[in-house]
Amino acid sequence: MGYQAKLRVWRGDDGSGDLQDFTVEANEGEVVLDLIHRLQATQVPDLAVRWNCKAGKCGSCSAEVNGRPRLLCMTRMSIFSEDETITVTPMRTFPVIRDLVTDVSYNYTKAREIPSFTPPEDLKPGEYRMQQVDVQRSQEFRKCIECFLCQDTCHVIRDHEENKTAFAGPRYLMRIAELEMHPLDVADRRNEAQTDHGLGYCNITKCCTEVCPENIHITDNALIPMKERVADRRYDPIVWLGNKLFRRNGG
Amino acid sequence: MTEVERHSYDVVVIGAGGAGLRAVIEARQRGLSVAVVCKSLFGKAHTVMAEGGCAASMGNANAGDNWQVHFRDTMRGGKFLNNWRMAELHAKEAPDRVWELETYGALFDRTADGRISQRNFGGHTYPRLAHVGDRTGLELIRTMQQKIVSLQQEDQKRYGDYEAKLKVFAECTVTELLKEDGRISGAFGYWRESGRFILFETPAVVLATGGIGKSFKVTSNSWEYTGDGHALALRAGADLINMEFVQFHPTGMVWPPSVKGILVTEGVRGDGGVLKNSQGERFMFRYIPDVFKGQYADNEAEADRWYDDADKNRRTPDLLPRDEVARAINTEVKEGRGSPHGGVFLDIASRLPADEIRRRLPSMYHQFKELADVDITKEPMEVGPTCHYVMGGIEVDPDTAASSVPGLFAAGECSGGMHGSNRLGGNSLSDLLVFGRRAGLGAASYVESLERRPKVADADVTAAARTAVAPFDGARDGVAEENPYTLHTELQQSMNDLVGIIRKSDEMQKAIDKLAEIRRRICGVTVEGHRQYNPGWHLALDLRNMLLVSECVAHAALRRTESRGGHTRDDHPQMDAQWRNKLLVCSVADSDEVVPDVTIAAKPQEPMRQDLLELFELSELEKYYTEDELADHPERKA
Repeated sequence: MGYQAKLRVWRGDDGSGDLQDFTVEANEGEVVLDLIHRLQATQVPDLAVRWNCKAGKCGSCSAEVNGRPRLLCMTRMSIFSEDETITVTPMRTFPVIRDLVTDVSYNYTKAREIPSFTPPEDLKPGEYRMQQVDVQRSQEFRKCIECFLCQDTCHVIRDHEENKTAFAGPRYLMRIAELEMHPLDVADRRNEAQTDHGLGYCNITKCCTEVCPENIHITDNALIPMKERVADRRYDPIVWLGNKLFRRNGG
Repeated sequence: MTEVERHSYDVVVIGAGGAGLRAVIEARQRGLSVAVVCKSLFGKAHTVMAEGGCAASMGNANAGDNWQVHFRDTMRGGKFLNNWRMAELHAKEAPDRVWELETYGALFDRTADGRISQRNFGGHTYPRLAHVGDRTGLELIRTMQQKIVSLQQEDQKRYGDYEAKLKVFAECTVTELLKEDGRISGAFGYWRESGRFILFETPAVVLATGGIGKSFKVTSNSWEYTGDGHALALRAGADLINMEFVQFHPTGMVWPPSVKGILVTEGVRGDGGVLKNSQGERFMFRYIPDVFKGQYADNEAEADRWYDDADKNRRTPDLLPRDEVARAINTEVKEGRGSPHGGVFLDIASRLPADEIRRRLPSMYHQFKELADVDITKEPMEVGPTCHYVMGGIEVDPDTAASSVPGLFAAGECSGGMHGSNRLGGNSLSDLLVFGRRAGLGAASYVESLERRPKVADADVTAAARTAVAPFDGARDGVAEENPYTLHTELQQSMNDLVGIIRKSDEMQKAIDKLAEIRRRICGVTVEGHRQYNPGWHLALDLRNMLLVSECVAHAALRRTESRGGHTRDDHPQMDAQWRNKLLVCSVADSDEVVPDVTIAAKPQEPMRQDLLELFELSELEKYYTEDELADHPERKA
């Protein structure tokens, strides 16, 4: 059942690094992370990889397998042929710390810039009433395990470091959509989505949706509806006229 | 002097799972400065893996539910060994803690009238678990993570700095608690990323480090579960109780081998799934124990009617408490009626329409499809027991979560007592919220009461740093060099095979001998490379904690000569009323050893308050208590 698999793994740190070849045993049903662990236990004890639950629930073991952003714990060896060399590299959009581990602090910075859930002031705990159909839209986005693969693949920042300041990335634009669609959130987030978080940079190529391990329809259900809401708000002729008329009064 | 980064906080919380985050929120809202230290990235803690739900007697699905019913269920589930005060606080406060999450932005599944939906689970009389599909733990973590962000945003507005009063130290491991004159003075650790040392000067530490599952080979637990909090507390002078009680969840995946142990939520059975053996028999009807006779359906027809009309029918024995179901599965497999890969079948495909299965159990559907090529809407799953939870932990004061060491608090899985000998499903997430909050309050009140703060001694810092880098020095004193991965595998195998779901005296003795051998060899553990993100080094340090807690489990298990909850002995198969009242307390002598010797001592529990005792009928109590203990019961006196 077992065979000797060929793995090419990027090793190095923020200074330099290269791809190194290994041959390691693979058994039935195994995933790429199993092989990385076997490498650690038998050949390279200090090979750095981030992981946690090994069940596709925590989103820690994000990396690129043959150039495609994936969770190492959910990538079955059976999708490759036995003689294929499998290349495992760190996520490209984030700075490397060591080997397969990257510095993902960009994401935590962006998370802090999104204004939090704003409940109605007069609603007490225990008094919240919402219908299943209404919570379902935001619930889809709350399935997100924050693996940051959508951020990694997004071309706005993948090869454009300079866009990182102005662009929150699909994960956090989806967070804005989630709050915007929360049945009880009272904040209006439409203007800031465009001006502060860079919604306009997204040109809906759906790369984020394609790599999402939770199969969240990021583009169709979060980003496009959010763009529509922004357009309604920003380009509504009556709002436009109101802004014109009352601007001088400091309104 | 060793180069060490220094920080000063009012409260340091170790662990960023449910209990830790709830403690952080409470302590910060009391105005204190708080650090939260976690081994993983922020938001990745093991709580994300909790699936089924959070138990709270809100009464949304059945108005008959209230805290007294929840309290009774919890005590029964733990076979009356629970700390009754913790069980009382837990049952009373859980609904408020769940509702509070909605004000932070949580989105639970709803009832038709717009309230929080509640689902059935093992051992709970009524549908009681607030849930979000089968990813409830993720919702809890994310909600509290986002609440912490909102507190940081408030601090940003007020102080111009997100981290002015609340900072997350992610991928940072604490290796030592420091004390002055018996009180907590600080915590020492290292950044996983750089290997650099870090010191927290703080009068109060809240341990919220979770469990010990990585001491077992087949487990649903993530790598973080190495018993760090248990070991840190022991070495700081606190006691552990109930360490012999380890919960084996009845339904873990059994195939393929690389995913063996991954959890299959009890929600599958709560939503109608049934267990079957290789002959297609729903075997659980044969395993209703005497203490639960009369409370569960004894035939399939009644069990099936119960899903629709719970008031007129008794519940299915597929939903007995986890210890009972795990033992039943174990017996079926041992007697030759198991599935092809050594488990039993869990069938939801023939019980619900495919769409409904995908809607209610999306991550189970996904998990089996992706990892095992099994479509659970078409075929049954194969499942078997997996090490899931430790009931034992740090002994704490129920109201304040304080341990016996001044300044040291504990909440969640690393604390002990709440669940007695066996935890009910759904009672963990509620435990985290109730006692996480209480630990935050307890720590805050303690800090506010101090006249002066204990100081960290330089010598302690130097010693902690020396201990941490010892694995780079190579083997000493003629001990052979050891690979940490190899030792870890041997430890897991022994605990799994010899102190697992069914225990025997001679096997436990063998495990104790093996642990003694590992104790000798652990001094030889040597790691290669440097301190920057070095997993071999990290494991070498965690391994000491795993060894220490494994010794507690094995010694306590050998001592308790009865079967109860998460402790089943082949050589003492009966529950013994003389043992109900006894707690086994683990402690270590004050020593410089990395893995100090464990001492086990028995002590009696405080008797249950009379008004709580009277919530049970005498006939039920008679199944658990000795005659003497019940002499004052009103029914006896009448």
